[in-house]
Amino acid sequence: MARTILPFGPQHPVLPEPLHLKLTIEDEIVTEALPTLGYVHRGLEKLCEVRDFNQMIQIVERVCGICSCLHALCYCEGIEQIMGVDVPRRAKYLRTIWGELHRMHSHLLWLGLFADAFGFESLFMQFWRVRERIMDIMEATCGNRVVVSVNVIGGVRRDLTPEQCQWIEQQLAISEKEIKQLQTTILSDYTVKKRTVGKGVLTKEQAYQLGAVGPMLRGSGWAQDARQTGYAAFDELGFEPVVEYDGDSYARCAVRFRETLQSIDIVRLAIARMPAGETAANVSGAMEDDTLRPVGGKRGDIMQAYNRDKHHRITAAPPPNFDIPAGHVAAKVKGKPDGEAVTRVEQPRGELMYYIKGVGSKNMDRVRIRTPTFANIPPLLAMLPGCELADVPVIVLSIDPCISCTER
Amino acid sequence: MFNMTKNVVTNLFTKSSTRLYPFAVRGHFEGFRGTLLCNIDECIFCRTCMIKCPSQCIAVDNKAGTWACDAMACVYCGVCVDVCPTSCLSMTKEHRPVATEQQTIFLQGTPKKKKKDAEAAE
Repeated sequence: MARTILPFGPQHPVLPEPLHLKLTIEDEIVTEALPTLGYVHRGLEKLCEVRDFNQMIQIVERVCGICSCLHALCYCEGIEQIMGVDVPRRAKYLRTIWGELHRMHSHLLWLGLFADAFGFESLFMQFWRVRERIMDIMEATCGNRVVVSVNVIGGVRRDLTPEQCQWIEQQLAISEKEIKQLQTTILSDYTVKKRTVGKGVLTKEQAYQLGAVGPMLRGSGWAQDARQTGYAAFDELGFEPVVEYDGDSYARCAVRFRETLQSIDIVRLAIARMPAGETAANVSGAMEDDTLRPVGGKRGDIMQAYNRDKHHRITAAPPPNFDIPAGHVAAKVKGKPDGEAVTRVEQPRGELMYYIKGVGSKNMDRVRIRTPTFANIPPLLAMLPGCELADVPVIVLSIDPCISCTER
Repeated sequence: MFNMTKNVVTNLFTKSSTRLYPFAVRGHFEGFRGTLLCNIDECIFCRTCMIKCPSQCIAVDNKAGTWACDAMACVYCGVCVDVCPTSCLSMTKEHRPVATEQQTIFLQGTPKKKKKDAEAAE
């Protein structure tokens, strides 16, 4: 059989970002895939040596354009861990809300691109129309659509008013209805299933051995999610990951679809349980914003009714006690980060890990970022051999590659 | 299947989701970080914005009394607005207009005299 070597990417209609795959093909069947990375390396990790540790928040946000809030959250949690900052509970809830909004918009973006990968243009536009609503929420509450820049060391820069919470609930209700309308099409349609079911199978053992993360891992039957570790307010909200067992592209699509709906519920629950109080701890050496005032709003009526029937699992945790009075002032923390910390956060694509080392100066000694796509490339290379050439775009997209993240 | 059909029929008889851009402009929400403005009369040239700026796009000279911003390097994070002690920096919710050339916002103010110099002048 004649062997052909076919370049796939870095510029390819289906790829939003530059990943080059050298595919060895024997009669339309892929036998080997070799990746080439390094087209968008920016050296952001190195910048930590010349920029202030506060300025790094805006820099790590730009590691990824889609999940910027979660990068900043992971970094801030690391610094807070080193400096021993007690983050106000309201700030933790706000971080959760914005983090989950980011997950929703990222998953909706992916669902659209995935539909586009198998040529379903109309479905692609439907998903992106819903996504626009989430982007509006982000713009109205954070001041920007994508790079929201709300996290600071010790808390968040913006607050939600009760009216905004109510508006978010309304928007989420409409989005949920619109997303559910698309459920049958993306998950039960004959043509869609023909392109996704049984394509790019990653067995449970393979997923474990190759170190897959995020929806890749959960699509192969592992109930593992960094949100279980209880970062931000997840320790109080309670959380159970979405799991599918088939390990194919369809299963990964189903995980992401169900996670979108789960995130809507998490945002609602977080709004319902959000305590009053201040939004940022006083960290000297970190940015101080005098304009932030404690907002003690009544949040009774918006938040009732968190009992609708659910097709996915979330929260069995008891409601937290609201002992801390509104206006509680956390102890002031002074100094520069001196020590090491490892923090983990669940990005839309999987588990994100930050290793941060400070040496008591304003510059960090080392910031190491391990992004989920970096961990998901070895499983991708295991999935490709044996598949048909026409299925390569679907399989590549099913890992939700974010190459800018990977190369930092 | 019929869910999508319902969706398609609804789409046929409802308003378009997109806009005819130059004629219908989307606009922005309150609090959107659009354009950075500096009220130079209130500026005390303390250089806090210059020090805190993550993209290092602001240059302040306290002797000459100038405030300059490389508008194309600015990432619109709003940190300078938060840290400004006199609140002379602000952000409007409209985007900076499109430009074909590199733009630097250069503002000339009156430098604050040092106490000693002020007394000597009197």
